[in-house]
Amino acid sequence: MRTTYLLRAVAPLGGEPVDVLLADGVIAAMGPDAAAQAGDDAVVVDGAGLVLLPGLVDLHTHLREPGREDAETVLSGTRAAALGGFTAVHAMANTTPTQDTAGVVEQVWRLGRDAGWVDVRPVGAVSVGLDGEHLAELGAMASSAARVRVFSDDGKCVSDPVLMRRALEYTKAFDGVVSQHSQEPRLTVGAQMHEGVVSAEIGLAGWPAVAEEAIIARDVLLAEHVGSRLHVCHLSTAGSVEIIRWAKSRGIDVTAEVTPHHLMLTDEEARGYDPVFKVTPPLRTAADVEAVRAGLADGTIDIVATDHAPHPREDKDCEWAAAAFGMTGLETALSVVQEAMVDTGRMTWADVARVLSSTPAAIGRVEDQGRPLAVGEAANLTLVDPSARRTVVPEEQGTASANSPFRGRELPGAVVATFLRGRATVLGGRAQDGPDGSRRAAGREAV
Amino acid sequence: MRHLLSAQDLDRDAAIRVLDTAGQMAATQAREIKKLPTLRGRTVVNLFFEDSTRTRISFETAAKRLSADVINFSAKGSSVSKGESLKDTAQTLQAMGADAVVIRHQASGAPHRLAHSGWTNGAVVNAGDGTHQHPTQALLDAYTIRRHLVGDGGRADVSGRDLQGLRVAIVGDVLHSRVARSNVQLLHTLGAEVTLVAPPTLVPVGVEAWPARVSYDLDAVLADEQPDAVMMLRVQRERMSNAGGGFFPSPVEYSRGYGLDGRRLRNLAEHAIVMHPGPMNRGLEISAEAADSPRAVIVEQVANGVAVRMAVLYMLLAGEQTTNVKVDAA
Repeated sequence: MRTTYLLRAVAPLGGEPVDVLLADGVIAAMGPDAAAQAGDDAVVVDGAGLVLLPGLVDLHTHLREPGREDAETVLSGTRAAALGGFTAVHAMANTTPTQDTAGVVEQVWRLGRDAGWVDVRPVGAVSVGLDGEHLAELGAMASSAARVRVFSDDGKCVSDPVLMRRALEYTKAFDGVVSQHSQEPRLTVGAQMHEGVVSAEIGLAGWPAVAEEAIIARDVLLAEHVGSRLHVCHLSTAGSVEIIRWAKSRGIDVTAEVTPHHLMLTDEEARGYDPVFKVTPPLRTAADVEAVRAGLADGTIDIVATDHAPHPREDKDCEWAAAAFGMTGLETALSVVQEAMVDTGRMTWADVARVLSSTPAAIGRVEDQGRPLAVGEAANLTLVDPSARRTVVPEEQGTASANSPFRGRELPGAVVATFLRGRATVLGGRAQDGPDGSRRAAGREAV
Repeated sequence: MRHLLSAQDLDRDAAIRVLDTAGQMAATQAREIKKLPTLRGRTVVNLFFEDSTRTRISFETAAKRLSADVINFSAKGSSVSKGESLKDTAQTLQAMGADAVVIRHQASGAPHRLAHSGWTNGAVVNAGDGTHQHPTQALLDAYTIRRHLVGDGGRADVSGRDLQGLRVAIVGDVLHSRVARSNVQLLHTLGAEVTLVAPPTLVPVGVEAWPARVSYDLDAVLADEQPDAVMMLRVQRERMSNAGGGFFPSPVEYSRGYGLDGRRLRNLAEHAIVMHPGPMNRGLEISAEAADSPRAVIVEQVANGVAVRMAVLYMLLAGEQTTNVKVDAA
């Protein structure tokens, strides 16, 4: 007999409080009759002041397994995702071996299913070994048990325009989408940070905005030419927002994502040379932060995706140039969006549900995620306390890595509970390790 | 002053204090016995991740003249090439009781990491990091400029004086130059006016925030501004990417536009000095005629480097409260 949950007086999408009953994996009742329908054995969750959202869906997560289990495993990464309010994540393809065959994507998908924390949707590589030369077997990955719909060489750009065109065309056959890491490689050889006033002063090689914008401009024109859909990963510049806005005005089928860190942090962070702030694309200027916030608020940017990129400590505990690119994000994403967008009055909680759940689910073609909060829908849900404040301590997070750029920062909001098809993966803010379907805690304790 | 990581660490008073102290140090170096007992029992480590015989010898000489124990640690092949990490090296030096670490590193910010990561308690002196800073070079350049252009070649007392109103042209590979970055900041702090002259490809994007003018025309700058000092930068071919075919079409075209040759030398003002941080690419950014001319103070820059580095080590390790150097001979 599965546990039923009665959520008392929760606010769906921040609206009027109602009772919500979760039973048999679905939302069984909402409103006055929820309490009446709940049996005596229902677990009651006091939801006063809490916001109910559809379970969050991340279109851009690096789970690192197989290959870099010292940074993260599917188990630790998906547990971190649940703690961050997610019920589905897309596992990026730059593993070792690369997720470029049906065998590898099925392996990752199974690891996710066995872990049981969230639905893991593997992303397939566009090119074999991310080498940018030969198309991977996209069709085989699409028709595998992992049912891949998102394809990306993320970490590398599909820079060859012919290969990009072929990928855009080919994925039409199975309703896939190419998710592009927009980085002109020749313009970013040795690049360390955003090219501008700060890089000029502190002497780190520049990663110019045009290296991102030139690829996005090319790709939206390619997508228009061949009539395909395109997704733009982690756009970071004001110019990129303008290009996407223009493309959408032309009717081009493009979607775009921004990361939480690009909504909050600027290149000024590099002045201390702490490589925890080293990331691709790099942190940009305050004007760019304002532009991506405006773009997210007006719908030009469709979604927020974490680009959660765990790295072992030794890859960040060094001089800037020697450090790895990337930062963790699963367990801070919702709080950052609240601070940058909700608490500033630019977005509602309904907008948050759109950019962190329903639209990423739609882009990734994840059928039972990101659904409306309605009776009969799968109970993939997140319960948030927007009034909570917490200080980020990476060592206390679920992720096996500690490279959070928000270390020591106080952020608003806390995930109180996460439900995956009616089962609580997080309750009372704690991961529900143990016999209730989910596995034990991640094997690697944070140090 | 706890560390010296950047020329920006020094405000006007602090910079003048270093230059004045360097002047006192230089005075002791004219004696028959050059060694001072000031840092006896203290340990200075020269931690060089990048080859630089000149700078290392300069720091070594400075430390030894102050009676410090000097350990040279050449660590070519750092964590960038997956050798021993900067952290491990720093902790090793800490365990050996280094009071000061003089670090040269190919990665911008490495001295900053060393100073602020808790890996070592010693004072950190940046002896050049990547394309970021080389503050003792800027100090020795300012010292040299002050001695010649304020102090009449050493004939006048320049203590307490800054470089107000002097015009300095810094010419060449600004993009890759830590010497340029340090000098722009320090010269500005001291009141000098700086003009950067370079082909546009060797000027960093973002230079507009620097307290300096930028020109692409060396002849125009020499004619219109009549600089008091012309500082030629080394073309750092080892740092240059070959992407796009390089930063300029050919060495000949570079020399033609931005090299200091005999013709340009003769167009300088009577009192103007020619500087170069070394090592020079003779025939590229500077001709032999210019390098060896009486206006060139390049060899003197090297000598002044020892005095300036003595001053920096003294102020970091012996405390900056005492502004007068104890000059009792050992």
